[in-house]
Amino acid sequence: MSEIAIQVKGLGKQYRLGGKVDGYRTLRDTLADTATWPLRLLKGELRHRAEKIWALRDISFEVQRGHVLGIIGRNGAGKSTLLKILSRVTEPTAGYAEIRGRVGSLLEVGTGFHPELTGRENIYLNGAVLGMKRREIAAKFDEIVEFSGVSKFIDTAVKHYSSGMYLRLAFSVAAHLEPEILIVDEVLAVGDAEFQRKCLGKMSDVAEAGRTVLFVSHNMSAILRLTEQSIVLEKGELVFRASTREAVDYYMASGLSQSGERIWSEEDIPADAAPFKPIAMRVRDPQGKVAESVQSRQPLEIEIEYELKQPIQGLRVGVYLQTIRGETIFTSFDTDEPKQYDKFATRAAGHYLSRAVLPANFLNEGQYVLGINASSFRVRRYFQEERALAFMVDAMGAPGMQWPEPRQGPLRPLLDWDIEQIEAVKA
Amino acid sequence: MSDLATKSASATAQTVFIKPQRGLVGFDLRELWHFRELIFFLTWRDILVRYKQTLLGGTWAILQPLLQMVIFNFIFGNIAGLSSGGIPRPLFTYAALLPWNLFANAVGDAGRSLVTNRNMITKTYFPRIIIPLSDILSGVLDFLIAAIILGGMMFFYGFAPNQAIWALPLFMLLAMLAALGMGLWLSALNVHYRDVKYIIPFLTQFWMLATPIAYEAKEIYDRIPDSLHWLFALNPMVGVIEGFRNALLGTPIYSTGTLWISIVATLVLFFTGLLYFRSMERTFADTV
Repeated sequence: MSEIAIQVKGLGKQYRLGGKVDGYRTLRDTLADTATWPLRLLKGELRHRAEKIWALRDISFEVQRGHVLGIIGRNGAGKSTLLKILSRVTEPTAGYAEIRGRVGSLLEVGTGFHPELTGRENIYLNGAVLGMKRREIAAKFDEIVEFSGVSKFIDTAVKHYSSGMYLRLAFSVAAHLEPEILIVDEVLAVGDAEFQRKCLGKMSDVAEAGRTVLFVSHNMSAILRLTEQSIVLEKGELVFRASTREAVDYYMASGLSQSGERIWSEEDIPADAAPFKPIAMRVRDPQGKVAESVQSRQPLEIEIEYELKQPIQGLRVGVYLQTIRGETIFTSFDTDEPKQYDKFATRAAGHYLSRAVLPANFLNEGQYVLGINASSFRVRRYFQEERALAFMVDAMGAPGMQWPEPRQGPLRPLLDWDIEQIEAVKA
Repeated sequence: MSDLATKSASATAQTVFIKPQRGLVGFDLRELWHFRELIFFLTWRDILVRYKQTLLGGTWAILQPLLQMVIFNFIFGNIAGLSSGGIPRPLFTYAALLPWNLFANAVGDAGRSLVTNRNMITKTYFPRIIIPLSDILSGVLDFLIAAIILGGMMFFYGFAPNQAIWALPLFMLLAMLAALGMGLWLSALNVHYRDVKYIIPFLTQFWMLATPIAYEAKEIYDRIPDSLHWLFALNPMVGVIEGFRNALLGTPIYSTGTLWISIVATLVLFFTGLLYFRSMERTFADTV
């Protein structure tokens, strides 16, 4: 039965830029705008002020009943806007969508939770906000409490809960929502690892129960596990639709510099990065050549080039190393070492290179992604890009290559194995 | 917001069409009915939360009008020497403070409601009117608690309600309708202009003085030319309070004409508020 549950055609959402995008207007702004209107008309500034951007543009897709569709994209690609429109939180500017069936949307867990109310009271309140009927909540109440694991504190005001307990309770209510169509945004990224596993399990139950699900997550392994088909959004447009495996690979590789070098141009750098100005990030092979592909058995060098327009106190510049699927392998900063930290307590203005060497026999074969972070701890984050540069590691001559089989895991160390014969057995 | 259209194609399936809306949008009472449990829960939340972590709890519902009454009596009765139309002054003032507080608290709460519930608005869908509406409904409990004291006072002063008592719920409804109208205007404005937060206290203060709480409506009507009577009567609360006093204490209503002006003003306030709210509703989640 190929019944269509969600049909989206030419959906678009336009936001107004200029003025105050983030905040609200005060009466004074409106009065001032009205007063200066003729002047701005003369100067031809009107059009400029009303500049608009499409957060979402011409999106069309269908989801069959009972299918689970993943939505992948970077921050600002329009994923949340799409879900907000489909949840009817905000209205589209163009196009239309048709949704057949009772919709439950989870753009966040714990919406409507009130800190002064007890866990019990909040379950009812949150359930109602999510669209559950009172009878439905009452019937599932015990199950919800048990799933959350906070039964001892169910009559305590949630303001006394730890943040973990709070999230667990909030997710538990959400997990017991039983709509025909479920719209989920990034809510699995809550709580501790064990609870996350539990949530993921609950979500696969939902998917297997034949419900239609739209699922947004940054967690590629969750997307891979829960969805068969995915769409990729880029700058508000739908650029790819395929099986999730293909879509994830497409997304992971797209927009990433593959040349072993990432150079930041002026428009890539947000204004609030100053006085830190990233210039480039490079991967070099042992010969010092910029390389997109390095060998596992050889060391590789990571290099960050940047400029400080002014001295910065406590600056640390570092990298994240991630697998192509988005799991972080490590984070490392150039002032991790205490001596180095003391020496660069204040980093003077100037042009810098921060370099680090990854030892030989360290990474397994595969594709890796480097991210950059420049910050002063607990003071300010100057610049961050989690996925700045991709590079390949090939396993030629790596430990264990005598067996032509893929090895699990991101690391491929050459360990100093000792094999000792304790006793010889006569054959 | 988008409208909810239910197709009868299948018994359980409901289809939602999402598309941009232009121009005036109608008001969907059926949808509001569909969300009745949410209205109930939000009202219940507002009531539960209101007196949490207060020392005196629900006693405030009584204390607030009682203290106001004492102060008003002292200033307007003892100092200014205004007449209370032959009714014991405490009773005269308290009977007016009852609907006034219902109105003023509701306007204040509802006016700020969209911004305080910003989180819900940006994360879930429901008819937004539910938020100011539940604030107004939750005020009814305070009203009823305070009304118990009024009953006691009437018994003490030997006042029995006359046959006009049947109109009391109607005037209460009128006060709530006026509060909702005002609440819709202010809350929708507050989404775009946070100035509203600062305007509300002034507004209720001036409004209170323009309302015959500590004095008789007659005092004003007698002092201004007949041709300007409508101006005073435009205040919906003038009609409400005259109606309350008439229903409870049997004081005369100044004229049916001015009463009708108050009623019509309330309806205009309510429907324009509703219209403005509906037209702004679609931008709430993007701006709040």
